[in-house]
Amino acid sequence: MPRTVLEPRFAVEYLSILDSDGNLDAALEPDLGPDTLRALYRAMLLGRRLDERMVRLQRQGRIGTFAPIKGQEAAQIGSVATLRPTDWMVPSFRETAAMIWRGWPIEKLLAFFAGHAEGGQPAPGQRDLPITIPVATQLPHAVGLAYAARYKGDDAVVMVYFGDGATSEGDFHEALNFAGVWHVPVVFVCQNNQWAISVPLKKQTHSRTLAQKALAYGIPGIQVDGNDVLAVYAASREAVDRARGGGGPTLIECVTYRLSMHTTADDPTKYRSEEEVREWERKDPLTRFAAYLEKKNLLEEGLEAQIDAEIAAAIARFEALGPPDPLTIFDHVYAERPPHLEAQREELAARLRRAGPAPPPTPPGPALPMRGQRTTRR
Amino acid sequence: MPRLNMVKALNLALHQEMERDPDIVIIGEDVGVDGGVFRVTDDLHRRFGGQRVIDSPLAEAAIVGTSIGMALYGLKPICEIQFSGFAFQCFHQIENHAARYRMRTQSRFHCQMVIRMPYGGGVRALEHHSESEEQFYAHIPGLKMVIPSGPRNARALLVSAIRDPDPVVFFEAKALYHAGREEVPEEVETLPIGQAQVVRPGRDLTLVAYGAMLRVAREAAEVLAAEDGVECEVIDLLTLSPLDRATLVASVQKTGRAVVVHEAPRSFGPGAEIAASIMEGAFLSLEAPVRRVAAWDVPYVGFAREKAVLPDVARVVDACRETLAF
Repeated sequence: MPRTVLEPRFAVEYLSILDSDGNLDAALEPDLGPDTLRALYRAMLLGRRLDERMVRLQRQGRIGTFAPIKGQEAAQIGSVATLRPTDWMVPSFRETAAMIWRGWPIEKLLAFFAGHAEGGQPAPGQRDLPITIPVATQLPHAVGLAYAARYKGDDAVVMVYFGDGATSEGDFHEALNFAGVWHVPVVFVCQNNQWAISVPLKKQTHSRTLAQKALAYGIPGIQVDGNDVLAVYAASREAVDRARGGGGPTLIECVTYRLSMHTTADDPTKYRSEEEVREWERKDPLTRFAAYLEKKNLLEEGLEAQIDAEIAAAIARFEALGPPDPLTIFDHVYAERPPHLEAQREELAARLRRAGPAPPPTPPGPALPMRGQRTTRR
Repeated sequence: MPRLNMVKALNLALHQEMERDPDIVIIGEDVGVDGGVFRVTDDLHRRFGGQRVIDSPLAEAAIVGTSIGMALYGLKPICEIQFSGFAFQCFHQIENHAARYRMRTQSRFHCQMVIRMPYGGGVRALEHHSESEEQFYAHIPGLKMVIPSGPRNARALLVSAIRDPDPVVFFEAKALYHAGREEVPEEVETLPIGQAQVVRPGRDLTLVAYGAMLRVAREAAEVLAAEDGVECEVIDLLTLSPLDRATLVASVQKTGRAVVVHEAPRSFGPGAEIAASIMEGAFLSLEAPVRRVAAWDVPYVGFAREKAVLPDVARVVDACRETLAF
């Protein structure tokens, strides 16, 4: 008997609506009103300006290490903007712009990166999980949230973020498999920024796309131009609508680029070329979206100054945070403190009493460079 | 009062708690139609349906990881890891997330969930089906670690674990599943987590054990009473973390001597923490060093040699005699 090709045949689509040369596919252009378009651009620009400011804050020692988002603003805002406040958002550790869109105050994120546990606390009722650092481990949480939402008859959709490196982790595959089997309302948003620290995509997978990994789990996968906010929005809205309508999960691969370093402790000149970075700078998501808005006469005068003022005010609020109370470290281990933690808390309290009031904080000096770190122009 | 073995007693707890609280779901490999490979979840699928008793794909990390997501939403998942030897594939979800979510979000979110695992040797089983790994979980802040020693306390502790707002790792000794029956009342019972029990009062030496080793400790105490006229006080820990140091210290202040028995390897095992806690709390009462009777520090050896590894009555009796003669 001959070998036969099994049905159904699989297809992976690529979606681009507004390319880096400003060409627009009007037939695919999402129907977005001027207020929405302005809000998307504002959020992307805020993400960019805050990112640049945070690098300086880190270099000055005012916050610790963080993962810059520069270049990934469209991938984040185009996707997160399709959620309702009653939906769930599950970030990894490079979603600053998306988290701000969801309502995380800038000063809270700064507090997080300055080492304050309070920075990881979502507001009451806010349906967002905090930053998750171990790669891909948040994906099963998103699937569990979606299962629970459906179980409770809640029509919420869960959107979960991760990078290209995460697709090599077991938790990625387990989560997609569970989501497929359970047919739960999850949208998996992969920000394929080409680099997992120093490892390029071609060393991460032999697959032609990351989107096609969805097909093995029986769920739709789509690759989009991740620097095209319109394409990301269109693909995300489709996936969110499908999930909410009972159509199950989707994997969206946003092809984008990390223009900056992996974290502020990383030196990308060690592993990639200036030419490659310049090539991607030409595809900057902000430039092309600004040009699109300009044609529609939707670019606001003085927006950048307004955003910078908003950031400055948030930094001022962040820096007005008092010193943390060391004794609260025992408050969130268990619902109630067991005897051994009560004893340890008393031991620390006695030490603090003996030490007297804390001296006023000294202004931080510049952060020590990490091994191999050089100043880069980018 | 019905007489139940540990499997039936645990099953009773699950039935009654699921009846009481619709937010409780069970998830694991073969827990549904099959009722679990040890039948602990028997008949729950028929009674509560596949949405609440979930036959999951075969992936420990996602079993625990999706349970964490369910718990963050407000459900109360009970996951079953088929054997504790496979739990390393979900260890990161337990340590990195279940145990830390309360701290990470400053109590905005927490994981009310139970992770059940059969553990321990003495059942002629292959590698990864016989080990005792409670020390890994007992070491993790934010987790609770419970190990019952018989049908009645297993049922009561499982009810308490399900109702506990914090994540509980619940070890069930395979050697005890069918080891005997006890009277287990139909009315729901609970036992406080974090509280040990003195199961045999005595004045000469404190014997500390839990899980399947409790029976070994009790038999050793009987031998010592009969042959040496020595009265051992036997403590059943029931909870490893948070450890009931008060009960341990009070006992050793009376007896002046202690021997700890566990199946986990000796070095860095629970016995080390128990000995240190006794030393810190009852140093001036001690007449002899605290002894540990534990598995040797070897990996799984195959069940043909398992008797040489696991503590038995003779080893415990010898350790007690040496401690008494010190």
